[in-house]
Amino acid sequence: MAALKFVDGSENLKIVKTNSTTFDKQNKKMTAHKLHPDSWVDSYADYLFNYAVGRVSDTEIAKDLVQETFFAGLKSAKNFKGDAAERTWLVAILKRKIIDHYRKINSKKGKAEVKMSYSASSDSEGDWLEEQVADPFSSFENSTIENEELGLAIHDCISKLPKKQALVFKMKTIQGINTEDICNELDINPSNLWVMIHRARTALMGCLNQNWF
Amino acid sequence: MISCEKASLICNKSQYRDASLWEKISLRFHLLMCKTCAQFTKKNTKFTELCNQANLEGLLEKEKAQMKKQLQDSQK
Repeated sequence: MAALKFVDGSENLKIVKTNSTTFDKQNKKMTAHKLHPDSWVDSYADYLFNYAVGRVSDTEIAKDLVQETFFAGLKSAKNFKGDAAERTWLVAILKRKIIDHYRKINSKKGKAEVKMSYSASSDSEGDWLEEQVADPFSSFENSTIENEELGLAIHDCISKLPKKQALVFKMKTIQGINTEDICNELDINPSNLWVMIHRARTALMGCLNQNWF
Repeated sequence: MISCEKASLICNKSQYRDASLWEKISLRFHLLMCKTCAQFTKKNTKFTELCNQANLEGLLEKEKAQMKKQLQDSQK
């Protein structure tokens, strides 16, 4: 029940909060009740990155898109109404960025020839339409979608882990770094590492349990 | 006979192909006796499969630090 006014360097932001009583005092900079840009990279970078990689299939481009998303998020933070969760909002921005990306590469290529062909591999014998019909027994498309969802679900769960556990788990599982190198880098001993891995894995299994096992 | 604690450690190690042959044998032996550990191992292996299936991608810490820095710079 308060009208809050922030002076934020270059711009004045005025927010009227109607029903939120909790207010995070450390977040002087932030507008509505749920934006914490300082933690964006830690909390959402991997999630958004996975989301983007699934759509542009190029890690470099995906990385740039995530970065652009954060910038755009910062820029339009004052438009954040707090209707959606922070992550949903960022994903929405990322979607726009992905669309923009495809528009950009298509406008360059748009002038190139458009090939009309029934099949992707033109050397297949004859243009049988039967070949083009979707195979109802193919599980390929579904499993691709499912796998992407699974990846996002896992990242969602990872983001709920304590920071160090998440870090160790990611280094080991995603980047596949060997035990010794992780221990050296983080300055821990192997048994320490395995305890953290164990905790992380147990927590993640519990987190995924309802939907995926 | 190894303890359950040891068994779970070996189980986790073997998820990352870090377990030695002898460790794997002693784990197998333990699993014959211990239902709880057998269940855990099954679940843990399934989880590894899920992780592989999901093609998990992650940014490196270095890249994240860079992102953070750029974001902070832009805020100034």
